[in-house]
Amino acid sequence: MLAIPEDELATYTEQLAAILEHANDVEALDIDDVEPTHHPYPLANVFRDDVVEAFDGRAEVLANAPAEEGGMFRVPPALGEEP
Amino acid sequence: MTVRGDTALELGAAIASGGTTSVAAVTEYLAAIDAREADIHAFNLVHAERALESAAMVDRRLAAGEKLGPLAGVPIALKDNMCTRGIPTTCSSKILKGWEPPYDATVVERLTAAGVVSVGKTNLDEFAMGSSTENSAFGPTRNPHDLSRVPGGSSGGSAAVVAAGFAPLALGSDTGGSIRQPAALCGVVGLKPTYGSVSRYGLIAFASSLDQIGPFSNDVADSAALFDLIAGHDPRDSTSIPKPHVPCLPAIGRGVEGMRVGLIKELMGDGEIEGFQPEVIAQTKAAAAALEAAGAIIEEVSVPSVVYGLSAYYLIAPAEASSNLARYDGVRYGQRVEGPSTAAMHTASRTAGFGPEVKRRIMLGTYALSAGYYDAVYGKAMRVRTLIIDDFARAYEKVDLLLSPTSPCVAFPIGDVADPLTMYLNDVCTIPSNLAGHPAISVPFGTGEADLPVGVQLLGPLLSEPTMFAAAAVLEAAAPSTKSAEVRA
Repeated sequence: MLAIPEDELATYTEQLAAILEHANDVEALDIDDVEPTHHPYPLANVFRDDVVEAFDGRAEVLANAPAEEGGMFRVPPALGEEP
Repeated sequence: MTVRGDTALELGAAIASGGTTSVAAVTEYLAAIDAREADIHAFNLVHAERALESAAMVDRRLAAGEKLGPLAGVPIALKDNMCTRGIPTTCSSKILKGWEPPYDATVVERLTAAGVVSVGKTNLDEFAMGSSTENSAFGPTRNPHDLSRVPGGSSGGSAAVVAAGFAPLALGSDTGGSIRQPAALCGVVGLKPTYGSVSRYGLIAFASSLDQIGPFSNDVADSAALFDLIAGHDPRDSTSIPKPHVPCLPAIGRGVEGMRVGLIKELMGDGEIEGFQPEVIAQTKAAAAALEAAGAIIEEVSVPSVVYGLSAYYLIAPAEASSNLARYDGVRYGQRVEGPSTAAMHTASRTAGFGPEVKRRIMLGTYALSAGYYDAVYGKAMRVRTLIIDDFARAYEKVDLLLSPTSPCVAFPIGDVADPLTMYLNDVCTIPSNLAGHPAISVPFGTGEADLPVGVQLLGPLLSEPTMFAAAAVLEAAAPSTKSAEVRA
């Protein structure tokens, strides 16, 4: 979630409306019979062998955490609180 | 002796033959950075000591007889969205400030193995979202040709590094033009390779089906050599093309005799798409004439659906970004703003950490993917992508390459473009290649308004980089001589 302050709402609304209006040309196209492209290079599913590889960066990962305790990421209460 | 007048390949050859050392080269480039970086702000971080240590290591490896390739010992700068182990990587965002990746991107591993020496991390529009590098949380980069103007974006720092002579090479990433447009605005060469030819492992994702890493340099051959070094299959990127890379450096000097090159009718300023500066169009026509004089056959080609590229892009890229950027939640890395609950902490961290352009795109993308709009908005944009690919395919039945301006305009003054949609129009010529996954290269060709650099763009089908480099070298040789950014300073 993002919290947008009241005084910024009008600006964002106006800007997003202008961008979506520009996109109207695309929405108006009658192209339902055209296949969508999800990916530019034709690749089928890619598989690899499920082999465990050593990772030596555990301490570095935890050192980047805003809050850490006992080798785990610490967060404020996730249950029983209003968001 | 001076090494800064050399191309990267000349410098690499001099280091390999013992004519100079990597330490001497890096020292000289660091001095150039010291002298002018305060004015330009191309870097988020210059790691001078580490660079000198790496250079000394390369010198030792070469002295021990190790064969490291043509760019060993040469300095490079990396866009600050590529992971470098133990070196802060910020994406020019407050939300990643202080983060030190626990691993190297594949491109970084390959550079290290080949002895290319990183001197620092370059500024960008936050998470690569922008066309001017003004959206950086750490302040804008200035164009080395005119400090009152933008360098383009989002890889503006990397383009400015090469234009200012801070390093002969840089890497950027291109999602909708973010290598080619700043290359054009700074008067340097920039390549957006075929999607999947360079591994994205360790490139911090913006829009995963569009992002691609590519080189910047002053010299066309240097970009070919750098691309040859970073390209090739990587099992850690499942979108990486599982084929051997075809080297591009040997294509330099092949010429364009008999090559068919099409000028894209819709991108020449007299059609539906407006905003092209007349000088930019004139230089593009001059570039076509130069290719013709060198033996190419020039014709005008229509790629009608490019007019929908911008709209499709600004639905697809934000949609993918809104999903990719969900990971910045204050839990595992980056800036956290505390709250009474995990959900409140997520919201507070994201609200404080992201800048306005990133927030706009997250909102736009979330809308494009939302129930009830998905088919009409996102689905439609994905179908336009197919239209563009089909139009390009028809064009490439007639011609080998296409030619257009890279950017509709030369570098504009900092602060001049306040409206997001107007800013997006900068990418009108570059976006179609990303949507199609095709390669495209920007080559400097003369100057336009205010004597500022103009870039022209060569476009080709998937994996046509060798042909593209052959033509780019011809354009480079034929380009009107212009003042370097250093002479202007």
